[in-house]
This record gives sequence, structure tokens and C-alpha cells, in this order.
Amino acid sequence: MAEIRYMEAINRALQDGMAADESVIVMGEDVARAGGSFKATRGLLDKFGARRVIDTPISESTIVSAAVGAAMTGLKPVVEIMFMDFVTLAMDAMVNQAAKARFMFGGQFNVPMVLRTPHGGGLNAGPQHSQCLEAWFAHVPGLKVVCPSNPQDAYSLLRAAIDDPDPVVFIEHKAMYGKRGEFDATVVAPIGKASIVRPGRDVTIVTYGSTVHTALQVAKQLEAENIDIEVIDLRSLQPWDEATVYESVTRTHRVVVVHEAVKSYGCGAEIAASITENVFYELDAPVMRVGSPFMPVPFATSLEAQYVIKPADIADAVRAAMAGGRQ
Amino acid sequence: MKKNTDSQSLLSLYRTMRLIRTAESSLIKLFADSEIPGFIHLSIGQEAVAAGVMSALEERDTVATNHRGHGHVIARGMDIDLFFKELMGKDGGICRGRGGSMHVADRSKGILGANGIVGAGIPVALGSALAHSVRGTGGVAAVFFGDGAMAEGVLHESLNMAALWKLPILFVCENNGWSEFSPTSEQFVAALGDLGRAFGIPHVLVDGNNVDDVAMAAQELAGQARTGGPRILECKTHRIRGHFEGDSQKYRNAEELTAADGLDPLRCARALIEQRGVAAAVMDGIDAEVEAQVAASVLAGRADRQPDFAQAFADVYTATAAQG
Ligand SMILES: Cc1ncc(C[n+]2csc(CCOP(=O)(O)OP(=O)(O)O)c2C)c(N)n1
Repeated sequence: MAEIRYMEAINRALQDGMAADESVIVMGEDVARAGGSFKATRGLLDKFGARRVIDTPISESTIVSAAVGAAMTGLKPVVEIMFMDFVTLAMDAMVNQAAKARFMFGGQFNVPMVLRTPHGGGLNAGPQHSQCLEAWFAHVPGLKVVCPSNPQDAYSLLRAAIDDPDPVVFIEHKAMYGKRGEFDATVVAPIGKASIVRPGRDVTIVTYGSTVHTALQVAKQLEAENIDIEVIDLRSLQPWDEATVYESVTRTHRVVVVHEAVKSYGCGAEIAASITENVFYELDAPVMRVGSPFMPVPFATSLEAQYVIKPADIADAVRAAMAGGRQ
Repeated sequence: MKKNTDSQSLLSLYRTMRLIRTAESSLIKLFADSEIPGFIHLSIGQEAVAAGVMSALEERDTVATNHRGHGHVIARGMDIDLFFKELMGKDGGICRGRGGSMHVADRSKGILGANGIVGAGIPVALGSALAHSVRGTGGVAAVFFGDGAMAEGVLHESLNMAALWKLPILFVCENNGWSEFSPTSEQFVAALGDLGRAFGIPHVLVDGNNVDDVAMAAQELAGQARTGGPRILECKTHRIRGHFEGDSQKYRNAEELTAADGLDPLRCARALIEQRGVAAAVMDGIDAEVEAQVAASVLAGRADRQPDFAQAFADVYTATAAQG
């Protein structure tokens, strides 16, 4: 299997998606001539022309609403929002228009659109260019939310998102764009299916996106302490794969939920609560959560370094779970 | 400018306006009797805009509208039974009772929906115009908005994009002077014509109470928009009822309300048609026919069943085999 970078995987998915279905269009700021701020749309303009690869003005609200109207009129738009922080400007489009159209119009319309956007810190991009806001969208009935952690999933999930008849928020991690991994264009990753990226006996770590890699690192480290960690990469946050998680919990009896987004009111809270509701009697320890501190993402290298989730934070939570929740 | 609409077409416009008026008048009573849940915004007094603009559109065109959209969807030809059932929250409604008055949509008529968010239909219509353009359908997207929506950023963003990309879109502003309970003059400092000029979009201002004027301007502009890029049609009109049903309108003075009554587009149309030598009895005949049609739809609405919750719940997402 060939190796490919995360960003190239997204590019390939867009290319293949556009080649497979001519109703797919790509739109966003700087996506055409410049090939995207992070170069994920490079080459699409040459291949598919300005009719289908569209540079837009800096008008997030209208770009995303227009995608809704275009989707209702027979296109499959893939919109790029340059940084996830800017979705604030497109919330009406996503929450009131895209998410509800199918339902409130009695199933007459589908809204087959994708909103691609990078989240996450690690690049000293500061408070308005680093946030992880996926919980906002996962909270809205009608939207689907996916967040791939490696090139293969980035490719497969983006193909699935483009083919999906409902609006999908596709979250990338800007610090992962250069990350390499194996790639096979025939691999399918359906929305809503998690993957067990490392099987283990003692503790389940449930995570997604960039913290999958931190969790794997911790799993390796804690082998020395004789703790055998299972790592589940959720891949999809809405819907999320409850069955795979519960099944894992019934084997390991201990869970740590990890994400880069702030811990308070995050996706981890939903997962932890669902675990206690559904498989409480399988638990030998409280469900632990690791998330970022409840503060805007700071700029200075020294501050951001303290802000980001470190392997030690996860390791501490795992040890606490092993000790029955006592930290 | 084209010559005036012929009498046959005027009669057809009159019929459309009468259908809207009669349907909405019956809603007044149904609402007062709690047969319509929630709240409704009537377009009584503004029928000429709906009828006139729709007469300029073709089947392949798409339409987005706002919270005061009953007239637009009726003029576009939405089935009146399905319309009443929706407003009554019944299973057989055009949206299966999930949307109600502010969210009627009809895919079969290219109606992309009324919208409960002021201004929000504008960029949706813009996207539809983009789709017409990319797919080469030859269609136009028309969007209706009130003067209150002029202060929303999406209008300005949409005007820019429509002009930049020369999209086939007709922006229709129903300027009734009011934004809910406040005069728009106290909310918005510019004029729509100035906005049009700023973005290089031709703008035409008409008497929105005169269906002949609206229809002629709309035909001209929709034709231009189909191949020549965006156009703006601003219709000066009057909202005869309150912002919503049950609004006591304490904020309006008696003179304004009486004046609005005198500008009633149906009265104006009748006078115009009679001037052309058509007997009043012809219009009385139309009135009676429409009255019977609406009465039958009200009965159909009453007779329909309540929607099923489980069915609604299953419809949040599209059922797909690929899932899970
Ligand atoms: C974004 C948003 N803000 C406020 C409202 C509440 N609201 C509903 S209608 C309306 C006034 C709209 O005035 P206009 O666009 O002139 O339409 P008209 O009611 O006069 O037909 C307001 C403020 C809303 N529905 N959406």
C-alpha cells in the first residue's frame, strides 16, 4: 500500500468524488486558484474547471447558505471554511437551514452538502484560529459530524460524506495535514462506524482526531506498567458508534474518554454519560475524561504547550481508572 | 417597456390574488378558533406582488420566500388542500405537519421553502441560482424578502456574489414600510436602489399594489436575469393586517390603516379590469368559485389526521443502507 499525507488524502477524495459525480462542486475562499489555504483543493480547478471549483468572497454565512440552496437544487456542494473558528458566521446556515430542511419540509428535499473545516491547536494560531467546536454541531439533529485521524480515514470518510444525502460536517486537524499514513482508495469507512486502532484488555480509551495518536503513545508507554490499553477511534461523532464502545467496556470495564476540545460540555461528556446509562454495571471505575482546560486556546508557545493534552494527562487518567477512579 | 397586460391575463392575475385573499381571510377565522396552531403572518394587502412575480416565472425556476410567504406559495400553484393541512399541522400537509406556516415548501413547484429567519432565504436562493447556472438548467431563482431584511448581512453578501458571478436571480423586496412593530425608516438608513447601484445590479421600483405594474416589471426583469445576471424588483406595498394575527397594531395610526385600505390591490385590479369593459359579474363569478375551493380545502384540512411522531422521528436523517 502507498503512503500518502493527510492533506493529499483529502485532495484525492475530492478529486475522486468530483470525477465520480458531476453534481459535486467545491466552493470556498481561495479554494480554486490558490488551491486552498492548506492546499487541500490544489489542482481541482485545472481538472474540473471554474464552473465546479469556485472561489468565493469572504462571506461565510452566504457561502454556506448558498450550499444549502444549491444542494436543494440538485448539486452536491463541498464547502471549505478556512478555520473552524469561522463557522460562527455560518451557524444559521448549518443549524437552521441545512440541518432542518429535510425534516421540516416533510422529507421533500435532501441537503447533500459537506462542510469541510480544520480545527485544533498546536500551530500557535491563537484563540481565533485553533478551536475545536465539533460539539456544537453534534448537538444539532439533522447534522452528521465526522473527524478522521489518519489519511486512510480522511479519504474514505470524505468519500462517504460526499455521497451522503444529509449535511455532513467534516472536521480536519490542521496540525495533521502533513501526517503520513497508508492509503488504499478501495477501503470503505461508513459514517457512524468506529475503529479499534489498538486492542487491549485493561482500559478502553475512546477518542477521535489528533488525540488518537497521543492515546496510542500512552498505550505504548503503559505497557511497561503492565496496563493493556484498548484505543477506539470514534471517527464519527454524530452518529457515534455506541455498540463498539459498549462492547469494549464490557471487556475492559474501565474507560477514559479523550478529546482536544475543552472538557466542559464536550463530546466526551455525552459519551461518558451514555456509557453510565447503558453499561454502568460493567464499570469497575468511574468514566474518566481528559479534555483541554476551559480557556481560549492561548498563543504563546509556552502557554499553548501547557494547554494541549499531553501523554502524561492521559496516563494519569488511565492510572486513576485502574485505581477505581482515585486520582 | 411592453404594453399593458391583456384583459385575459389580468383576469388570471385577479384570480390568483383572490385565491390568496380568500385563503388568508379564512385563516383569520381558523386562527381565532384555534384551528391553526402557533402563529401566522398574513400577506393581505400584498397579493399583487405574489401574483405579479409568479406570472413571470417558468416551471423550471425556483423560489425562496420568508415568514410572510402564504401568497407566494399559493401564487406559485401549491395545492391548496396541502397548504391548509400543513398550516393545521396535519399529516397530509405539504411538509407532513413538521413546518407549519413559516416553513411551507413544495419541491414539485420548485419552492425551496418559506423561512423563519429574516433574510435567510436570500442566500439559499442565491445557491439555487448557482445550481441553475452550474447545471445549465436555464432556470431563475426568485427570492422574496421584506424591507426589514435589508439590514441583514446576508442580503449584502448575496448581492455581491450574485453580481460577481452574474447569477440568474431575481431579488424581490416587498417594501411595506414595517419591520414587525417598527418603521423600517428607523432601522435602515440606505435605500435598496442605492444598494443595487453599489453592486451594479439593475433595480426597478414599482407600485406593489398594482398587479399590472408588478407583472410587467417582473416579466421584464426575470427575462433579463435568466441570461444577464441579477435584478432587483422593489414593490412598494401595504400590510393591511398586523405583523401576526392577533397583533393589535397599537403602533400604527388610524390614518395609515385607512389609507392602506384604499390601496387594496384587489380593489385596484377590479377597477382596472372594469375600465377595460369586463363585466363585474365575471369577477364575481371568480370570487364565488374561489370561495368554494377554499371552503373545500378547509374541510379537507379538518378531516385529515394528526401526524405520527415515530414517523417524524425517523425522518431527521435520510434512511440509507450504507449507514452503520
Ligand atoms: C433573524 C431574525 N431576527 C428577527 C426575527 C423576528 N422577526 C420576524 S418578522 C420580523 C420583521 C420582518 O420585517 P420585514 O422583513 O419587513 O417583513 P414584513 O414582516 O414586513 O413582511 C422580525 C424582526 C426573525 N424571525 N429572524
